[in-house]
Amino acid sequence: MLFFSYFKDLVGREVTVELKNDLAIRGTLHSVDQYLNIKLENTRVVDQDKYPHMLSVRNCFIRGSVVRYVQLPPEGVDVELLHDATRREARGG
Amino acid sequence: MSSSMSWAEPADVYLSTSLASYLDKKLLVLLRDGRKLLGILRSFDQFANVVLEGACERLIVGDLYCDIPLGLYVIRGENVVLIGELDPLKRELPPNMVRVSEPEIRSAQKVEREASELMGTMKKRMDFLDMD
Repeated sequence: MLFFSYFKDLVGREVTVELKNDLAIRGTLHSVDQYLNIKLENTRVVDQDKYPHMLSVRNCFIRGSVVRYVQLPPEGVDVELLHDATRREARGG
Repeated sequence: MSSSMSWAEPADVYLSTSLASYLDKKLLVLLRDGRKLLGILRSFDQFANVVLEGACERLIVGDLYCDIPLGLYVIRGENVVLIGELDPLKRELPPNMVRVSEPEIRSAQKVEREASELMGTMKKRMDFLDMD
């Protein structure tokens, strides 16, 4: 549940989601669920010329299982906090 | 459907990751094999299994495209990569793209496939030369 909570805190921030098929989409994180499915708003494809079919997609749902990376805003990561939460969860809550 | 099944309030639907806010809208569904399906979302579940009404497959080869009508489709969730809402106020494809018939797009696909196969064999020969 750690990363689920972590991503929930990032809602409203600008992220880039890179998929396993190499498609990279930048957009505002709208929501995330337990499977780490992601909804993005105001999306744009990083390499638009290569993916013309994505031209009019402004909002999208991405299945968690196909995500390779989520690129976060640098200020969106508090490693210290994440580290603490990890130890707490490892101890069993 | 059991009576215990509860539905999110309309206000929650738009805040959640559920596909409910996409119901009855025209969507683009990208599949793991690279296929692009378009259609109206009529149903879904937590696995991203979806039902598309009036589905068609969009074939794109270079600047050419063609929509092949498929009908009512149930897509198994594991094949879904992305579900995009198509903005009805925006053009779906760049202005330089031309719609062609199914036979035309099929032959364009064939040409593209043969070209990439040729490129593959040429690359193989290059590798062989590098080995010497």
